[in-house]
Parts: sequence; structure tokens; C-alpha cells
Amino acid sequence: MAGRTPRWLLAIAGAVYVFLHAPLLVLVAFSFNSSKYGASWEGFTLEWYGRLLERADIMAALKVSLIVGLGSTAISTLMGTMLALGLARHRFSGRTFVESLLYVPIVTPEIVCGISLLILFAWMKLQLGISTIIIAHVAFNISYVTIVVRARLEGMDKNLEEAAMILGANEFVAFWKVTVPQLWPGIISGALLAFTMSFDDFVITSLVSGPGSSTLPIVVYTMVRKNIEPSINAISTIILVVTSVMIYAADRLERRDAPQGAR
Amino acid sequence: MSGPVVAFRNVSKTFNGSKAVRNISFEIQPGEFFSILGPSGCGKTTTLRLLAGFESPDDDGGEVRILDKVVNHARPYERNISMVFQNYALFPHLSVEQNVAFGLERRGVAKAEVASRVKAALEGVRLAPETFGKRAPSALSGGQRQRVALARALVLQPPILLLDEPLGALDLKLRKEMQYELKQLNRRLGITFVYVTHDQEEALTMSDRIAVMDNARVAQLGSPAEIYERPRTAFVARFIGESNFLSGTVVGFEGGQLRVRRDDGTEFRAAATEERTDGGKVHVALRPERLRFVPPGHDADGNALPGKIKAVVYRGEMLHVRATLADGTDMTAAMSNEGQLRLPVSWKEGDPCLAAFAAEDVRILEAEAS
Repeated sequence: MAGRTPRWLLAIAGAVYVFLHAPLLVLVAFSFNSSKYGASWEGFTLEWYGRLLERADIMAALKVSLIVGLGSTAISTLMGTMLALGLARHRFSGRTFVESLLYVPIVTPEIVCGISLLILFAWMKLQLGISTIIIAHVAFNISYVTIVVRARLEGMDKNLEEAAMILGANEFVAFWKVTVPQLWPGIISGALLAFTMSFDDFVITSLVSGPGSSTLPIVVYTMVRKNIEPSINAISTIILVVTSVMIYAADRLERRDAPQGAR
Repeated sequence: MSGPVVAFRNVSKTFNGSKAVRNISFEIQPGEFFSILGPSGCGKTTTLRLLAGFESPDDDGGEVRILDKVVNHARPYERNISMVFQNYALFPHLSVEQNVAFGLERRGVAKAEVASRVKAALEGVRLAPETFGKRAPSALSGGQRQRVALARALVLQPPILLLDEPLGALDLKLRKEMQYELKQLNRRLGITFVYVTHDQEEALTMSDRIAVMDNARVAQLGSPAEIYERPRTAFVARFIGESNFLSGTVVGFEGGQLRVRRDDGTEFRAAATEERTDGGKVHVALRPERLRFVPPGHDADGNALPGKIKAVVYRGEMLHVRATLADGTDMTAAMSNEGQLRLPVSWKEGDPCLAAFAAEDVRILEAEAS
């Protein structure tokens, strides 16, 4: 692309960004506003962040969110990585179909996923709680992890394991010393994405959570229903920052030292 | 060490019902530079992979032997061979040193020895260890990667080194340089090289012997001179170097030469080791440098087929003169360039001429196996 970008194009791009992010900026700004009713700016404060620590319900929800996030991330990362390896290594009939199934949980409306999981849990007579939330999150996170790891595998030189084997490494050593180091960025990136998805999820979680197992987004929603208070802005800002940082890290990892690939 | 280091005995390999390698047999002698040459899809890569242990022969598909042991199902790491891959296959997450050390570490070589052998191996391929040792493969040029791949394979001092089109990605000048170096390494280290390539010139330049593969079989096996000067089939004559092709019917055998009558009635003679029955069809090949064009009436002293000059093509060190015979067959003669600016070739398009060649230079071709 030679030459300069025309000004009108820059203006439109700028407007789109404002449209996208202005609501978030307002939220962040008001989380530091000392006015209790939020309509006007009355000065900077960290009071609302401080108050979060005193709220037992928010702290409990944060704990649930972390347990669910870490648990579902660990399980889905392991399963998703193995699935990606299986899909990349083995040619079997119906492989393309199995691969396209990966996208089903991603494109299905969350409400449908949530209801179907709820029906499943009811049928299995599972008590709704942290474990059902984890199962639900694993169900959609496997797809994300598999797709990310799969992309990494796709770019990997197929000769690398063979090269390792002819240099004296058996199958296990070749996998551990050559394939896994190549895959790490993909695995970590998939895990970050999975954690973010889990931490942010509201619709599915609200359907499959039980008493005493509310995650952060659910508690925030309940708070909003009762009355608007500045603490909501504070906790939302924290969620926003955490997820943004993780998505950014995941993206960087996917790009950084991407495999050389077959040239 | 006596006897062949590698032996293929009636080896076949089938992928999804189609034969990638069909009943091939050959032996490779210690220290030999052995090339497997052929167009893509001829089975040369499968042959190399059978040798490396990435593939196994069919259940009734003969024997692959290394150092007189049947290795049909031995894993690659049980074979004590090294390999240089087409795209080098350097481990991108390891430094140059770590790449070269990989095989030594797998063999449990002591740390201090690893370091000194890695250093020696890098020096052996003319990469300064101080400069390149700590670099990542992605920070190297194609030629440097090639050298690292070689060092990684040679540091293990294997009896056999497999090379899968290792020079394919390099530019012409570098390729020539590496050809020479590979040959030197082969001689100096006494390692048997098995070299797969589709580049006939590369195979002719470096090899002690060449197996020309076509359609999953070995079409011809021999020294570069044998392959080039005595191609057995039309495929070999066409694939290695250039050839003129003629055909006709046998009308006599005298003095060790077949008399062959072409469809347009002209005749030529071809040296033959055995008599052929009259009326049999023969196909022959003739190298362009064994053919010359002379003016009509000139005493050709041998075969002379009338034709017309079609073109003179300037190729630098050679000139190619092309003529069309009376029946429309094109023939090309290669002549050394004596200096076009000083002593130009006087042929012009349309000049009548005689295609002159000796009966001894005509190669009678065998029918190709199908």
C-alpha cells in the first residue's frame, strides 16, 4: 500500500473506534467518580474499589469465578490439545465432518447451549453447582482450545518429528522435545482464551449455576437489578481489564515465533 | 567392512492400492555416492523413506537391508543413519548448537564431548561456531541452514547419510558450491551418501552411481557415464541430458551394425551387440553432441539423413543447431561455441543439410516396462 491513507478514511475509522469504546470509557471513568448517583462528575476516588473488598457476596463470587475459570481451563486445555493432535495426525474418514463439529458450540446461540446443558443435567440428576458450571464451560472451551492449537500444529513442519527420530529420539522423546515446545505458545494462548471465555460467560452460567455458586458476572447482574451503585462500575472495570490483558497476551503468543512452517 | 552397506531386494511399497515402489533391487557399496534420480512421483522419495525407516515395505514386499541386517520394520532411531531433509527440518526452538547437539544428547554422550564435537562439526561445514552457535535457525540464510542440517547429521559419524533433495532451495551458484563440498565430504569422511534428486545435472556431477527411477521402478542403474552414454530406455535418454530419437524397421545386419529403414525410406546404421530379425521395429537415441550438420554432397563418412536447417540457438558455451528431416522429424546438434563474434556458424534458416552421425553413437533403446 503505497501513499498515504486519505483523511476521510481515518476519520471514519476513528468514529468507529469511538463508537466501539466510548461506553467502556464512560464505565471506567465513572468507576473513579466520587458521585454516588453517577450522573455527573464530582471528583476522583478509589472508594468504590475499596468497597468491593468489604462485599462478601462479590468476594465469594470472585472465588467461584476463579475456581470455575481455572478448573474448566485446565480440563479443556488438556482435552482440546489432545483433540487437535488427533485431528492433525490421523487421517480417518469423516475427519472433515468431525472438524466442522468443532464450530457448533461456537456458533450455537448461548441460550440454546445453556438450555440443552440444563436439560442434560436434569436428566442425569446432577445437582446444579460449581461442577455443572465447570462442565458447561469445558463444553464450549474445548472448541476454542482445539482451534487455536490446531492452527499452531498446521503451521508446524511435519519433518521435525522425523528429524528427531532419525537423530535417535524415540516417539515419546520426539514428541516431548520437539513437538511440545513448538506447541507451547498455542497451548498457552488457547488456555488464556478459555479462561477469558469462562470468566466472562453469563448466559450459560446463569442457567446451570445453583444456589451458592454464582460467578462474578451473575452477581454483577443481580446487583444491577437491585440498584445501580458505583461498585458495579468498579467490578466491571476490573473484569474488563483482566480479560483485555489476557486476550492481548493470547494474541501475542499466537503471533510470536510462529513456526517456520514448510518452505 | 565388506559387502554392501545397503541392499534393497525386490522391495515394494503400496499406498492406498497404488504402488509407490515396485519390486526394486539394488545394492550400495561402502563409501559410495549413490544417487536416486527421477521426476516427481517416480518413487524416489518413498525409496529413501523406506531406507530411513519412516515407511516399511509391504508385507510381501521384499527386504531392506542395512549393514547386512534386515531392517524392514526397524524404527528410524534403531538404524544408525543420518538424514538431511529437503527443507532442512531444523528445530526452530533450539539454537544452532542445540540443533547439532540433539543427536549426541540422545546417545548419552558426555557434556564436554558434546560441546567439542558440536564445535568440530560446525567447523567441518565451514560455519564459525562463535558466530553462529547461539543463533536461532530463523536468523540464518538458506545456505547456512543447509550447513547446520549437514552438521547435525554428520556429527553422529553415521555409516550412511541420506540426503533428500537438500540443495533444491538454494540458488544456482550456492548449489554448485555445495555440490562440490558434498562430494568432498563424502570422500574425506568415507560415509556412504544416498542422495535423492530430480536434477540430472546434480546427479551426474556428484555420483559414483545413479539409479534412475521411473514409474515406481529402477529404469537404469550405472555410473554417470553409463547412464548418459548408454541410456537403456527412451525415458532415461530423455530425462538425463537431451536426445534425438529416430525409429524404423530392421532390414539387415552386417558387420555388427543394424540397417534400419525409416518410414520415409531413408536408412541409417546402428551399432548393435546382437542381431535382430528383419522387419522388427527399433527405436534409437542419439546425443546432440554426437550429431553434426554438413552441407549436401559433403562426404559424411557414416549416416547422413537429408534435412533443412530450422534454427541456430545460442546457449553460451554451446550452440544448438536444429534441423527438420524430410519426414518432419526434428534433430538437434550441439556444437561447442568457437566464438560467434569471431568465427560465426554460417547456417541460416532453410539451408539444405545432411544430419551426419556415426553408427557407433546410435543407442538402440529397450522397450519400457509398463
